[in-house]
Amino acid sequence: MRKVLAVLLLAIVGYYMIDSFLKIPFGENRNTVGDYYLNTTVKETGSVNTVTSIVVNYRGFDTLGEVTVLFLATTGLAAILFENKKRKRRLQHASLIVRVGAHLIYPLIILLGAYVFIHGHLTPGGGFQGGAIIATGVLLMFMSYRSFEVSHKLLVYFESIAGIAFVTIGLSGLIWGTSFLENILPLGIPNSLFSAGVIPIIYIAVGVKVGAELTGLLDNLLKTIK
Amino acid sequence: MTISALTILVYVLAAILILAALFAVKQKDLLMAVIGTSAISVVLSIFFYILQAPDVALTEAAIGVALSTIIFVITIKKTERYEE
Amino acid sequence: MVYYISAILLILIGMYAVLTKKNIIKIVIGLSIIDSGINLLLIAIGYVKDATAPIFSDSSLKASGMVDPVPQALVLTAIVIGLGVTSVALALVIRLYDHHKTLNIDKIRKLKW
Repeated sequence: MRKVLAVLLLAIVGYYMIDSFLKIPFGENRNTVGDYYLNTTVKETGSVNTVTSIVVNYRGFDTLGEVTVLFLATTGLAAILFENKKRKRRLQHASLIVRVGAHLIYPLIILLGAYVFIHGHLTPGGGFQGGAIIATGVLLMFMSYRSFEVSHKLLVYFESIAGIAFVTIGLSGLIWGTSFLENILPLGIPNSLFSAGVIPIIYIAVGVKVGAELTGLLDNLLKTIK
Repeated sequence: MTISALTILVYVLAAILILAALFAVKQKDLLMAVIGTSAISVVLSIFFYILQAPDVALTEAAIGVALSTIIFVITIKKTERYEE
Repeated sequence: MVYYISAILLILIGMYAVLTKKNIIKIVIGLSIIDSGINLLLIAIGYVKDATAPIFSDSSLKASGMVDPVPQALVLTAIVIGLGVTSVALALVIRLYDHHKTLNIDKIRKLKW
């Protein structure tokens, strides 16, 4: 009975959704605000990646909110799964091929993650992608070795310093410029590494913070398996 | 009208997407359902690349395939594996 | 056109899983499928025919032949927040199982504290 009612309700909702979305023609040029951003992004901010300059410079306050939401999710998960006894990770050693392969590939994955968030204003990429790649590399080492430890003090240190750096850059824009999170360093030549003012520094801070947070989340989850 | 190879690829991938979603909802073994969810993420990452959005494709591939799947698998290990 | 229909079908399949299934982990899987469907719908709206990605890697690319960059910035944030919601929901599922020893929502509603 419940299934029949659910299918009926979803059929009505689906029919009207498809009917109204087929009236929007696919592939027409509808950029109105996007045209303004595409035309002025190289002159005003100096970065050639338009999505990066929107996320960090034009709508930078939303990125601050997103970093806060990720921090709250990690803290909430650690608080829900809190236990009072100390536990060690009890997974088994993996086989020989996995162990040797993980030892060879782990520095290359960390290097790739750092490359992706340092060159965020020149190629597709940025802080969140680089942080997720670093967390995946550390997860590979967690799964292969039983005795691989990452000290909690180091992770907390990295995360706090990166978060404070982001807010300090925003406040310095308020002191020396005219608004919060404004670009105050000189813009260089576009398409080179040292360009676009404050944008690479903010993305490095975001990348380190997201990488440390996701590593701490995985460590918390893996320690609770009996 | 000419049918290019890219159009055929898009139709095949859309069919794989819907089949993977139905498989993830109907299975009784929860581990197979999680594998269906990560197959949805892989096909979605290819779609984002075809629609000329490389930043979003990188983000979906890094977050949806690796991290979301491992959190589901750890939860299944701490609770039960089969439905009902 | 294929993109619109497959995104809406993904949203409907996810909502069916949330409405009818009895296992809590199936319901969380349904929430994750709804997130994926909405992100595909947003990016498919901003596509321009025969245009390229919004990066000025060469100085000869014109700004009129590029796709819309604003929905891509929105979807970047939405994917990360979807991961955060899924991880907190699964932590709550682990705590519920420790307390009630079952994953069936009918039985959890009938047990008394």
